[in-house]
Amino acid sequence: MSATIKSERSWGKRAVVLLPYLWLAIFFLAPFAIVLKISLSQTAIAQPPYVPVFDLASGWQDLQDFFARLTLDGYRLIGSDPIYLFSYLKSLQIAGVSTAILLLIGYPIGYGIARSPRGLQPLLVMLVVLPFWTSFLIRVYAWINILQRDGLLNDVLMRLHIIHEPAAWLASDTAIYIGIVYSYLPFMVLPLYATLEKMDETLLEAAADLGAPRARAFWQVTMPLSLPGAAAGTLLCFIPIMGEFVIPDLLGGSRTLMIGQTLWTEFFFNRDWPVASAIAVALLALLVLPILLYERLQRRQLERFR
Amino acid sequence: MRRTSRFNVVSVTLGLAFLYLPIAILVIYSFNASRLVTVWGGWSLEWYRALLNDDAMLQAAWISLRVAALSATAATVLGTCAAVTLVRMGRFRGRLLFSGMVYAPLVMPEVITGLSLLLLFVTFNVDRGFWTIAIAHTTLTLCFVTVIVQARLIGFDRTLEEAAMDLGCPPLKTFLFVTLPLILPAIAAGWMLAFSLSLDDLVIASFTTGPGATTLPIRIYSQVRLGVKPEINAICTIMVTVVALGTIAASLMMKRGAARRGRAALGAQV
Amino acid sequence: MADGGGTRGHEESGQPALVRFEQVSKRFGDVAAVDALTLDIRQGEFFALLGPSGCGKTTLLRLLAGFEAPNEGRILLDGDDIGGVPPHHRPVNMMFQSYALFPHLTVEGNVGFGLRQEKVGRRERRERVAEMLALVKLQGFGKRRVGQLSGGERQRVALARSLIKRPRVLLLDEPLAALDKKLRAETQFELMELQRNLGTTFVIVTHDQEEAMIVSDRIAVMNQGRLVQVAEPAEIYERPNSRWAADFLGEVTLIEGYLNEDGTLATRLGPLRVGAGTAKTDDKVWLALRPEKLRMSAERPAADGLNTAAGIVFEVGYRGDLSLYKVQLADRSLMKVALANTSARGKAQFAVKDVVWLSWPRDTGVLLTD
Repeated sequence: MSATIKSERSWGKRAVVLLPYLWLAIFFLAPFAIVLKISLSQTAIAQPPYVPVFDLASGWQDLQDFFARLTLDGYRLIGSDPIYLFSYLKSLQIAGVSTAILLLIGYPIGYGIARSPRGLQPLLVMLVVLPFWTSFLIRVYAWINILQRDGLLNDVLMRLHIIHEPAAWLASDTAIYIGIVYSYLPFMVLPLYATLEKMDETLLEAAADLGAPRARAFWQVTMPLSLPGAAAGTLLCFIPIMGEFVIPDLLGGSRTLMIGQTLWTEFFFNRDWPVASAIAVALLALLVLPILLYERLQRRQLERFR
Repeated sequence: MRRTSRFNVVSVTLGLAFLYLPIAILVIYSFNASRLVTVWGGWSLEWYRALLNDDAMLQAAWISLRVAALSATAATVLGTCAAVTLVRMGRFRGRLLFSGMVYAPLVMPEVITGLSLLLLFVTFNVDRGFWTIAIAHTTLTLCFVTVIVQARLIGFDRTLEEAAMDLGCPPLKTFLFVTLPLILPAIAAGWMLAFSLSLDDLVIASFTTGPGATTLPIRIYSQVRLGVKPEINAICTIMVTVVALGTIAASLMMKRGAARRGRAALGAQV
Repeated sequence: MADGGGTRGHEESGQPALVRFEQVSKRFGDVAAVDALTLDIRQGEFFALLGPSGCGKTTLLRLLAGFEAPNEGRILLDGDDIGGVPPHHRPVNMMFQSYALFPHLTVEGNVGFGLRQEKVGRRERRERVAEMLALVKLQGFGKRRVGQLSGGERQRVALARSLIKRPRVLLLDEPLAALDKKLRAETQFELMELQRNLGTTFVIVTHDQEEAMIVSDRIAVMNQGRLVQVAEPAEIYERPNSRWAADFLGEVTLIEGYLNEDGTLATRLGPLRVGAGTAKTDDKVWLALRPEKLRMSAERPAADGLNTAAGIVFEVGYRGDLSLYKVQLADRSLMKVALANTSARGKAQFAVKDVVWLSWPRDTGVLLTD
């Protein structure tokens, strides 16, 4: 069914390709162009809150006016005001550190599942994935329960006499890290598990046969072969964490905001759509390389099995 | 030489405990008669009752469910088509762009997707509300469906289709009556994933919502910002139970389907 | 004659064995893969473990490699009990059936892997790897990736990798199973030559009896976890110790009967003359006849001292070099006869439905009591 002659491309097949293609082109790709355009517009107290408004019906003169009024003001603002720079840096910091923690925690879990008895594996995978299918918002909220001043963690710690008065766990970077690691763990564990599970076990026997004790066999054979999975997991976590909003908003402090929060604030509170769009475009520019890397990984996975 | 070392057992157990602890706490405290987390006031269904009386919350839940069902279905159809395209259609012009568009939403930060969709709707003067959220969710979740169905298609035994065609079944019918039923578990799993992602989404819904279309996460979020409320524990417990039951049911169905297929395959060999 | 050639494994005299299995048992759940097995393998020999699937030959190999531990019994290498020694410390190397080449390393990386574990320096490693690659006729392949190699090339890399550490014993787990017939035949001879040159003890596991007979100095035929017969190939072929062994190795016709007072064999074909020196027994015995030892003719042969039987050709299997006939005798039993196709006309000598006479001298074949 793969090698079809052009003349056999029935309308059925065309529809199968075009349906998702058009949908994504309209609702995913095109909007980016619009974001770009609005990032070049000026703020206004109007509905919609920006100028110029692109009106397809207007004539050539209006079109020229439109292009004339495009401005880089939005970008200038985010470039000059240090708040935005710190926001990006903060996001990079949080995304980087969380991803590292996720890798450290997720690898043993993924490895442990891959090495457990074959019959048990689907169950374990399901157990790891199940929380992910319950509400993300709720799970973050659960951590508020635990981490708040009169919450469980303080209660337990005080009972164990580790601390003597309630500590402030919330509104801190620590809380953000806990929340992020908690929410994104399946995204790290699953790709790692998928790669580790496919590994041929006789390779480890061969390594042992050739004189490598278990620890060395792990570093020289298992680890290199698990790199594609680790790469996928890392990208799958790092990129979205960069733009996270809910977790830092609920668990984090108000001192420095992550870029997702900044965007939200600009958009919903300052009603400054152009600046919000500029932030989005800048964020996208930062992430374009990792996203392309991820795409490449996915394509290569696909190619290998076709 | 499958030795389950103690380290492995410990790490998996700890990992799972970490994942389930907050949920367990939520569930337990939804039955806590006292408002405070640190005080146990005995078992009580008070918060569930309060929940039932909270019209705004119930309304939001209803809207969320409808949006989720609608977008999940649309996403499943589109995602399956996308998966079939990527796995079966070989090379065609624009394939690179296509695969790029399909996989990007998996990693794209939601604030970006949400913002861009809202701006799209504004530019074309579309009234925001139920339908815009549904469209947004469909766009977001279809890539997840694609990944799941694609994985199943890759491992699919083509000789079954070849046998069907050899026996006179045209390609389209073969796909509908041979392939589709066998990849149905994956499609169902995709639907459920899309459903729960939609049910759960806050950011994109916030961007693309309009008057009268408050979804459950939006409602919960606005409540949570005011502080912890035990009713939320109750609704969380309900959601967790529903999802858990659904997943168990689904995996049982899949196991039975797999067992049936396994027996059929065995029978075919004899 | 009834006890069959060769020993059941024990070394009675001569030099001590390199490898000795002493009453080794290995169970998986309720199934005994290896059952109280005692076997000696001598230094420098090419030893084959042969048997049908599930007979325990691979388990035995893995016990020696260290990937399984025996439930009972001891395994000795050079007189030392290696039971507690983990695989990475044993001076034994294995060539895996699937080759188990490391996909993330080059050919050089794979072959040199064992030396890396011994902390051999880079220069020496490179030299020895090159030497090894030349030995398996893969010189210049060092920088290639595993994925770029053909099946035969990958097999050689696996071989080189397992030999480079100069192990005391090399274990080969069905090494030629994935090769096509022609390549397999060539590789068999190369393996024999290699083993002869290196002097290393090779232990090969195979289910292909032809292969076992060609390459090995001695064969251990196994069934259901136990040894059936351990001897040189010719010994097992010409003097199998049981019906099972006779039937497993090569083609055979078994004729059952009872020994008469006068030393002849009473069978459904009438009394047959058998070799002198047959042990006396009142139990049922079987005469095992190899098909190539029988003569087939259109006329009745002169009866001086020969056993004869008349029959009709039931089936002809033309193989090019010889033809295997199944001849149906008076009692409706089938006898297998193999004749070389000496005629250049390219047809089998006899055809289905031909009436033929089979004959064989009295000391052809073996009498089996088992």
